[in-house]
Amino acid sequence: MSEEAKTILDIKNLDISFRTNAGVVHAIRGVNLDLRKGETVAIVGESGSGKSVTMKAAMGLLDSNATVNSGEILYTFTDESGREQTVDLLKLPKKQLRQSINGQRIAMVFQDPMTSLDPTMTIGKQIMEGMFLHKGMSKEAAHARALELLTLVGITDPEKRFRNYPHQLSGGMRQRVVIAIALSADPDILICDEPTTALDVTIQAKILELIMDIQQKMKLSVIYITHDLGVVAKVADYVDVMYAGKIVEVGNVNEIFYKPKHPYTWGLLSAMPDMDTDDDRLYSIPGSPPNLLHEPEGDAFAARNQFALAIDEKLDPPLFKVSETHYAATWLLHPDAPPIEIPKELKARIARAQREVEKYL
Amino acid sequence: MSEPLLKVENLKQYFPISRSYTVKAVNGVSFEIYPGETYGLVGESGSGKTTIGRSVIRLYNPTGGRILFDGKDITGKLDRPTNEMLRANMQMIFQDPMASLNPRKKVADIIGEGLDIHHRYASRQDRADQVSEMLKKVGLSPEHAARYPHQFSGGQRQRVGIARALIMNPKLIIADECISALDVSIQAQVVNLMKDIQEETGCAYLFIAHDLSMVKYISDRIGVLHLGYMVEAGTKEEIFEHPIHPYTRSLLSAIPHPNPEVEKRRKSVSYDYAASGIDYAKGAERLVSGTHTVLATPEEFEDWTSR
Repeated sequence: MSEEAKTILDIKNLDISFRTNAGVVHAIRGVNLDLRKGETVAIVGESGSGKSVTMKAAMGLLDSNATVNSGEILYTFTDESGREQTVDLLKLPKKQLRQSINGQRIAMVFQDPMTSLDPTMTIGKQIMEGMFLHKGMSKEAAHARALELLTLVGITDPEKRFRNYPHQLSGGMRQRVVIAIALSADPDILICDEPTTALDVTIQAKILELIMDIQQKMKLSVIYITHDLGVVAKVADYVDVMYAGKIVEVGNVNEIFYKPKHPYTWGLLSAMPDMDTDDDRLYSIPGSPPNLLHEPEGDAFAARNQFALAIDEKLDPPLFKVSETHYAATWLLHPDAPPIEIPKELKARIARAQREVEKYL
Repeated sequence: MSEPLLKVENLKQYFPISRSYTVKAVNGVSFEIYPGETYGLVGESGSGKTTIGRSVIRLYNPTGGRILFDGKDITGKLDRPTNEMLRANMQMIFQDPMASLNPRKKVADIIGEGLDIHHRYASRQDRADQVSEMLKKVGLSPEHAARYPHQFSGGQRQRVGIARALIMNPKLIIADECISALDVSIQAQVVNLMKDIQEETGCAYLFIAHDLSMVKYISDRIGVLHLGYMVEAGTKEEIFEHPIHPYTRSLLSAIPHPNPEVEKRRKSVSYDYAASGIDYAKGAERLVSGTHTVLATPEEFEDWTSR
């Protein structure tokens, strides 16, 4: 985590809406995000908060009914001749995006390994496909590289597995194959969209450790999209908390877990059953996320927020600065706001977490 | 303690695939559930936890073993009164709230279906009253009765599923991964609702899940399943504070803690059944202490407990 690491992906003021039969859904409402080389950013939020859509925009995978109203996604890379280039992925023609960016420089791992693999092709063929397309490798070279990748992702007996079909592998093995495919063209950025949601806990831990390990070996930048805060704690350097198409809090992982500022983050953290609580009731955020078909006035979270102020109903809060890396969009941080403390259950939990850290070190 | 509400003895559930190949999904599992308590079944996919739930409610015909519900044997062919007793007193909440609700029925008819079948109302008004009272109990409003399932969000649909199970006033509810399909903030709402209902009606839950932290939160006692065997069972304190079996240990170590400083340094313990040299078929249930049991051979037991 060096300070001077270069920003390689910079999303600026992204705004996307979808035309649906019921009307226009304003799914992304001004998202800013940056990713530096070698770092891991986690985007956390409930379903429908827009975390997947943001990353799909970067991959050019938006559905045909989507409109990008404003914003840019700047991607900086070093091209073949060694020159540094910055392109706006949203302005790039689709064809060029497919040929030179997708899979080659930015690769994605999807949630369900069964639906992202082709059931009619052997896994070896699927791994080599990208190498033929993007790198123009010879068959022998690609074969050797594919075996190397299978070993890298922890598959034993790669020669034999090379000729297997996806249905012959277990869920965890399949996800390893998907990761091998994503790595086949040496990408700069790996986007993992809920990579372990469909897997068992024991396998989840192994896959996450594998991705972390590979990230170090290959100097990858990784973006995780997840709703599991436990996963975030394990892998992330920086965390972006999304709610209703906006980033409501951003900070490094310790700031988000030990000094959260936004009431939504408080809610998310308290709603997680932790292994040491013996509380009778689990804290839950009341209500459900807003329907973005009718865009809420003011702060989208106000209706579910027990600490909401009068201004929350009228004006959307800007991002207030907490520290160099930590920002939160809540009026509670405004100098004129009444002093509101973190709920005491959460405070106790954070104190407990910090004691655990001391014990551990 | 009083008599167990549900007693499962040596349950076996096999699925013949072909003449030469049979899937042994459940291999002799025994456990008991007492009135008003929550029993959690955990394990990875393929461990047989869902199969046990479905065998207990008799969606499958058990291959071997005995299931006693409220003192009555409910294995083998059921006679009419036993069947009716079973259907009214044992209910199930399913994993996917969209797939388990009939999209062509209104919520009032989904919830009221059990009342229709068992003739549990005096007049149409009485039925409507019962349905709207149940809707209120699960945190929906009585106006929702006239709507269709697709008009609800995931969390609300799961509440409808809970209302449907609850209207029969059952003694045992089998909740099969009933919160896995929901968002984190909604999961907490549904789990709290289930706890409130248990306090109010005194029903027992068989809570099947793979999310250990949620199981710990809701359950009184826990059974850990692996490959169709119950490898370890006990109260939640016994399981979470003194896990004995290597599989349970690996399962517990795999849960990510929401504590970045610790989590970044922790590595999960891996467990490979094929390489471990443990044969579940050779093990027998051994008592560790209290109600804590573990599946092991005498040598394994010696080895694990001395650590």
